Amino acid sequence: MSAGVIAKTVRGFSGALGRTLVSENSAHERGLLQALDPRVKLVGMLALVVTAALARKLPVMGALFGLGVALALGSRLSLWSLAKRVWLVAFAFTAMIAAPALFLTPGETAYTLGGVAITAQGVRSALLLIARVEAAVTLSTLLVLTTPWMHLLKALRTLMVPVEVIAMLAMTHRYVVLLTETANAMFEARQSRMVGRLNGREQRRLMVNTGGVLLSKTLEMGNEVFLAMQARGFRGEVRLLTEFRLRGWDYVAMSGFAAAVVAAALAGR
Amino acid sequence: MHIPDGYLSPSTCAVMYAASSGCWWTALRRTRRKLFGRTLPLLSLFAAFSFVTMMFNLPLPGGTTGHAVGVGIAAIVLGPWASLLAISLALTIQALFFGDGGITTLGANCFNMAIAGSFAAWGIYRLVSMGAAADSRRRVVAAALAGYGAINFSALLAAIEFGIQPMLFHDATGAPLYAPYSLRVAIPAMMAGHLTIAGAAEAVMSAGLFSYLRRNEPELVGVTGLAEKRQGLRGLWGALALVLLLTPLGIVASGAAWGEWAPKDFGNSAARAQIAAASGNAAAPAAAPSGLARLANLWTAPLPDYAPHFVKSAGFGYLLSAMFGVGVILAVAWAAGRWMGKAEQPAKHGDGQ
Repeated sequence: MSAGVIAKTVRGFSGALGRTLVSENSAHERGLLQALDPRVKLVGMLALVVTAALARKLPVMGALFGLGVALALGSRLSLWSLAKRVWLVAFAFTAMIAAPALFLTPGETAYTLGGVAITAQGVRSALLLIARVEAAVTLSTLLVLTTPWMHLLKALRTLMVPVEVIAMLAMTHRYVVLLTETANAMFEARQSRMVGRLNGREQRRLMVNTGGVLLSKTLEMGNEVFLAMQARGFRGEVRLLTEFRLRGWDYVAMSGFAAAVVAAALAGR
Repeated sequence: MHIPDGYLSPSTCAVMYAASSGCWWTALRRTRRKLFGRTLPLLSLFAAFSFVTMMFNLPLPGGTTGHAVGVGIAAIVLGPWASLLAISLALTIQALFFGDGGITTLGANCFNMAIAGSFAAWGIYRLVSMGAAADSRRRVVAAALAGYGAINFSALLAAIEFGIQPMLFHDATGAPLYAPYSLRVAIPAMMAGHLTIAGAAEAVMSAGLFSYLRRNEPELVGVTGLAEKRQGLRGLWGALALVLLLTPLGIVASGAAWGEWAPKDFGNSAARAQIAAASGNAAAPAAAPSGLARLANLWTAPLPDYAPHFVKSAGFGYLLSAMFGVGVILAVAWAAGRWMGKAEQPAKHGDGQ
């Protein structure tokens, strides 16, 4: 039991680090979306996600999902990996939430299951929710999987996100990886020294103390990082190097995104 | 509680982004002024810490495990403004990089967990620990309550956002277009898990980390926080005064609150129509249920309907009732604080001997 909680947490850390690696690797593949300027891709994919959120018709949501699948194939992403990591997880979660709506949504009875009425409005509502979530999650995942994190952050300037916030997001991401590895090492060190079983109270103390030590290390590191930044001449101002340049292919993609968004928006009302 | 894309309508998302943007902008200005260049590394690292602790599997009484957001300890150590930025950064990384929470719903998630959560945690901690000594056990309880209260307040906001979707957004057949459950279903469903598992996880993490920091980094929690040192309770009193002044807004709401009907309402045709409209068009019983009629007069409130009988203006009555209620709560909190303070003194002498 005691090893179970630690092992579960360590597995969670390993999973997070693994996902980071997968994203970075897939973002550097030679594919359709990877070849685009990150600004075009960010604005285009976000517009598609918003269009999926606005759509009110199942065929339109299906078409947006299909577009996501086509873009994934063109970007050399593994559909099996997407199905495992994104589609099945989103489906299981949303279906669990949407299932009671079949019975609870007021409306005309469409079917009867064990004496309980399933309404037509409930079926439609559940299907709309599942389809919309699948389409939106697919499109936003494609954006992340095909864009190196630093490029994605720099592209956020297009949306007028302050430079300071972008710098903080970049630092946060870097230290998420470092602190995850640190916490992982702390739990593994503890696990390797443990021969008995801990009761619930001891497990809680172990988790909270590890969190406390991690927080101490975090704050200490914060001071060290600030001193290092000052040593390098940091005076509270942040500047980003932006080397993005639009090419012919980006203009084609922009037109494609605009056409897809307009078509889906008109058909989806 | 990380709301994914597709559960909220784009207009709800836009409103929540607008509300969050104002808070982010103010928070950036305030923390920049107080922490100077330190803002960048401190907030980034605290955000990273919050992100990592969200992955801790915390064993809870009853054999289950839960995850904490870390908003309680962030608000206590950093103060509400810096805390809301740090937790927002963690949530943004989660949404953009790990797909936990949507991109369109990021404003709502940040508003619920980072903004409202930070202020709730900070307010509760300040209120419960008011006047407590630095080594008082009351501070640990305050930290636990801060975490518990914050996460439940965030969950309540999320439930309200879910619950208003079917009212506002449905198609011609009446099928909800986004989250399908009304407030009556969304609030209990959301709160059940948060009042028990998630709330307990947050309380355990906040209290545990607070105890650890007080033992090992006392300067961080001995005062109210890096960003809010010696600022006093002026902000909290100001907020309380504002809320008091806004209480007459209750008059604007039309009809009776659902489930707060008086026996006489069942005999009034206008009130019966309101009950039916608020209950999915289910007709109200012809007469008040016998149990309701029997128990309704068990206790007569000193200020019925928020208006003392000698006050003719409804707005002034609301204000007076609110002031009376707040006064009673403050008196009870002050008396409890005095009592807990006294209870701790002999223990301190004993330790010293």
